Amino acid sequence: MLKSPTTDQTISKKQTVSKSKSTFKLNANDKYFSLLFLGPSLFILGLFVFYPMIKTFYISMFLTNTLGKTSVFAGFSNYAKLLQSPDFLNSLVVTLAYVVGVTFFTLAISLLLANLASKKLPGISIFRTLYSVTMGVSVSVAAIFWLFIFNPSTGFFAIIANALKMTPINWLTDPKNAMWAVIITTVWMNLGFTFLILLGAIESVPQTLYEAASVEGASPRFQFFKITLPMISPTLFFVSTITIIGAFKSFGLIDLITKGGPTNATNMLVYRIYKDAFYSGNYAQASTEAIILTVIIAAFTLLQFKFLEKKVNY
Amino acid sequence: MSTILKNVSKEFDQGKKVLDNVSAEIQTGEFFVIVGPSGCGKSTLLRIIAGLTQISAGTIKIENRVVNDLSPKDRNLTMVFQSYALFPFLSVWENVAFGLKARKVDSLEIESRVNDALKMVNLEELRDRKPRELSGGQRQRVALARAVASDAKICLMDEPLSNLDAQLRIKMRQEIYALQRKLGLTLIYVTHDQVEAMTMADHIMVLNDSKIQQVGTPEEIYQHPANEFVASFFGVPPINILPAQKISEAILQVNNDFEVTLPHPIEQKNVRVGVRPTEMKIVDTDELHANATIKAVEFLGDEKIIHAKMNHGGEVSVMVDSGAHFSPFQNVEITADAEFLIFDVEGNNITEQGAMVHA
Repeated sequence: MLKSPTTDQTISKKQTVSKSKSTFKLNANDKYFSLLFLGPSLFILGLFVFYPMIKTFYISMFLTNTLGKTSVFAGFSNYAKLLQSPDFLNSLVVTLAYVVGVTFFTLAISLLLANLASKKLPGISIFRTLYSVTMGVSVSVAAIFWLFIFNPSTGFFAIIANALKMTPINWLTDPKNAMWAVIITTVWMNLGFTFLILLGAIESVPQTLYEAASVEGASPRFQFFKITLPMISPTLFFVSTITIIGAFKSFGLIDLITKGGPTNATNMLVYRIYKDAFYSGNYAQASTEAIILTVIIAAFTLLQFKFLEKKVNY
Repeated sequence: MSTILKNVSKEFDQGKKVLDNVSAEIQTGEFFVIVGPSGCGKSTLLRIIAGLTQISAGTIKIENRVVNDLSPKDRNLTMVFQSYALFPFLSVWENVAFGLKARKVDSLEIESRVNDALKMVNLEELRDRKPRELSGGQRQRVALARAVASDAKICLMDEPLSNLDAQLRIKMRQEIYALQRKLGLTLIYVTHDQVEAMTMADHIMVLNDSKIQQVGTPEEIYQHPANEFVASFFGVPPINILPAQKISEAILQVNNDFEVTLPHPIEQKNVRVGVRPTEMKIVDTDELHANATIKAVEFLGDEKIIHAKMNHGGEVSVMVDSGAHFSPFQNVEITADAEFLIFDVEGNNITEQGAMVHA
């Protein structure tokens, strides 16, 4: 019963296509005809995405001079060398820790805020604006702002610690704390966007579902876990994918806050690639790292789609 | 043991009154229908009973307990929504079990109650389907099963049939009625459809302009409407209402077009007369004796509805046998039988008032 209208539609579509055949000279079923539409985007993507990717892979197979010119073919030896380097493995571990931290806290906090802001309370629109305001803050402004807060003698945390007669935390000079400092700053930057997207998702859950549930005896907690979460699961999935990929690619904040330090504690992959290429002039190594990063992100995203998407409702 | 509404009023923030002093008693186990045109406050009244909307003034008592400040889940009732409010990510079975799980009912009991409920609405085979894989009528049944599975004795329904097509609506109407009788539910049912109200209700509450117009059985409401609004809200086609003057103790002249005999004297001089289309007489006549002209004839199978324009303004509809021959532009004489209602200028029904004075 449900299928019959769709078949009707396809039939009518076919009919209109066959009609247009007779009026237009170009054949709609022609391969070249579709290329006409794909052409512009294919050209731009090819020039700015596919070509650089292939070129990067190509360079990773060679040794390079300081100008980035390929010299000797090296095969996969660049990869082998990297995967044995403790420095690079440290970067991998640090990056993973950072990605996990950023994703977890971004999602948890923005979900909490979005859930609060979706309640119909007087003055709630002020909070909605405040919570989403970091969307309009640029990376450099955020970095300067947080550098002030983290400052061990005049920063906000230091003032509180002093007032409580405690020793201020060395946010940026202690390797353990530096990671937290970067995670906090990134999460803060991420909040605005994820909050707004999640708020939209929560608001679009039909109110009658909650009403029905509350008549049936469901507590607010039960409603949140059994209605809100499943209803917004597609959006949560989307936001988590974006956050994970974004965290892997994090560069600006690292550069402005820790420069990968102290003692490589925040030397994420992307930052490392940048330093290897543009400070050390080791283009081959940088390209190899870039390819490895691409593979990791692709693998993560694939895994996510494979396992998480099954849990996403409808 | 009943649900009692006492002087229930509701005002929204802007000071707009949506319910004004509504009082009624709903007996346990009865089918109670709240009916009225859109915007009359009927859905708000239902939501107030459910606890989804705060009451502004008055009290609601369920089974001798004032529930004004109780949250919906503590009022021990269930509700069927117009949109069915099914959870799209849960199967039919899980949808029905949702409330029981929320109330932490023992899982064996959930199993048996949900299965029984699904059996009762004939959905056993579809228990693993998702709502999007169901037709409108089936979704409606899931919503009903949810109400059945909960052991609450009061069930509220907010226009549950208005998303269905006409034929399905008649079918579901009978199913809901049968279900209510079988389970002995107290069913409070909101609709704008007077046919639904007439066919299912034990008692009907008619709301208009946020006020109760009348509460009574379908017969009372149809035969003894409290006022002009109730009279014209019930009955298809609607009752014909025409202005009338008393020209002697026993005679009313209706619309200057025909006369009717008063069953008993009335005080008022100017009144309005309501005649059901089935109670009107129509005969073919020449131009000289005609008091109306036919505008349109509707063929319904075993009956015809004649729409005619009275000579002195106003339109009436008359129900005739489908064998009768009438055609547009024909001159006819329309009169009324003994069965008619009399309303005063404010619209109150005074048909029987006079009789009481007389007796």
